[in-house]
Amino acid sequence: MRATLTLNRSKVLWSVVGWLVVFVFFFPVLWMWLEGLKSEPQAASSPPTIFFAPTLAEFQEVLSGDFPPFFINSAIASIGSTLLVIVLGLPAAYALAIRPVPNSRDVLFFFISTRFLPFAASLVPLYLLARDLQLLDNIFALVLIYTTINLPLGVWLLRSFLLEIPNDLFEAARVDGAGFFDEVIRVVVPLISPGIAATCLICLIFSWNEFFYAVNFTSSVAATAPIFLVSFISGRGLFYAKLAAAATLASLPVLMAGWIAQKQLIRGLTMGAVK
Amino acid sequence: MTQIPFVLTIYYSFFSWNLLKPGSFRFAGLQNYGTLVTDESIRTAVLNTVVLTVCVITLSVVIGIGVAMLLNSDVIGKGLMRTLMIAPFLIMPTAGALIWKDTLLNPLFGLLPYLLTPFGLERVDWVNRFPMATVVVVEVWRWTPFMMLIILAGLQSQNPEVLEAARVDGASGFQTFRRITLPLVRPFVELGALLGTLFVVQTYDSIYMLTYGGPGEDTTNIPFLLYLVAFQGFSIGQASAIGVVAVIITIIVATFALRTLFSIFQVEARR
Repeated sequence: MRATLTLNRSKVLWSVVGWLVVFVFFFPVLWMWLEGLKSEPQAASSPPTIFFAPTLAEFQEVLSGDFPPFFINSAIASIGSTLLVIVLGLPAAYALAIRPVPNSRDVLFFFISTRFLPFAASLVPLYLLARDLQLLDNIFALVLIYTTINLPLGVWLLRSFLLEIPNDLFEAARVDGAGFFDEVIRVVVPLISPGIAATCLICLIFSWNEFFYAVNFTSSVAATAPIFLVSFISGRGLFYAKLAAAATLASLPVLMAGWIAQKQLIRGLTMGAVK
Repeated sequence: MTQIPFVLTIYYSFFSWNLLKPGSFRFAGLQNYGTLVTDESIRTAVLNTVVLTVCVITLSVVIGIGVAMLLNSDVIGKGLMRTLMIAPFLIMPTAGALIWKDTLLNPLFGLLPYLLTPFGLERVDWVNRFPMATVVVVEVWRWTPFMMLIILAGLQSQNPEVLEAARVDGASGFQTFRRITLPLVRPFVELGALLGTLFVVQTYDSIYMLTYGGPGEDTTNIPFLLYLVAFQGFSIGQASAIGVVAVIITIIVATFALRTLFSIFQVEARR
């Protein structure tokens, strides 16, 4: 009796500690939402307003203002590059996992080394190249850049899922007379759809939130959602509610995707090493 | 396609070239690297990068281990805790930095200065007075969930029977942690720390939004210095030389990261 009591007490104690920690970490996100639901005077008041009647006015203002083009650019850049990563990465991963080409380990290393190369190392030449090709401030340049950033990650991730398919399955498919394309479409794709989902998620996160290239390669026409937020930096004016609403909207797609696909997140972040 | 630009970076780093001055492209030999050695700001940037990375990784790994152990124990509402906990990592870094700067730390309207008034810390301008600490806090906030996720996965791969056996054999909680849990999660901690390092070394978003490298050069790290030299100073050659330095630092870290990655893959394969 006594043992269960202390056990429960420690459970409650650790739960309280845990929730406190989680609250501290989650609070800035919560505060961002709350600020977005305030009116401007409420958001810029001292002391800060804690209790207030929420309003969607600032969200409406952001959405009806100049934010949508930035959002659309972000969508084009991240969805476009994600599709390209899957289309290019799947055959490469297949070649490395199912029918290993000679020296596939070296190829793998080479692939991943490109992901670890700092952005700083390729910024200058890519900038000059984009300038000469008249691709500065063109969303197509960002699609290409994000594809090259995420491709190595995608290949590794897809490969780790492909390796899990038992070899017998391929044997069986071949015995049944399945051609190469049948094999890929009927066997490979359905089996690694969670892998494709994980790859899409991770590509989406990295390209949607990317800032370094976006801020240096675009100015107005092709500027993405993070660039919209830059305009608030010098915000000495009373725009905190609008800022918070914009920040909430800009973060929403990745937050939702990440929350829905929590299981895939960890595997994606470690390139398939941790399940 | 990401390697070829780097080769070009090395090439450019041997030239003196100002984008704003047509015809200024000329061979400069090792002059750019000479400047790097003597230049004060590159040394500051390297130092800032090291300070930032070491602080962020150490703190987020330590807090991440703590949170992961909490989430792996028998607490109430584990699933929701985990869900809320990963939010800082998913929030757009530029958005997160803005929220911290303008709504939490703003000396006039921010929540934190207000909450700290009873402690005699009224209206402290955190971002300007403690710029590096601010960047570290925001980055730790962002990277702790990442560490937590990886370490939690490690903890969950533990075999409960082994823990039970240890308990039956009379091992204390601390002994179990040191002898069984720690060796098992070590590769996961290493992996988290190394992957995290590769990302944190490249920190740019939050510095741009929070401090713009300042005040002075107090928070200018290597990526930010490169940005300043290339796009404010337009010195392509000099910027390329900085890029080469960044790569050398990264290669050193990445070598260890890849080794850890492969060792985990091999453990998985042996199962």
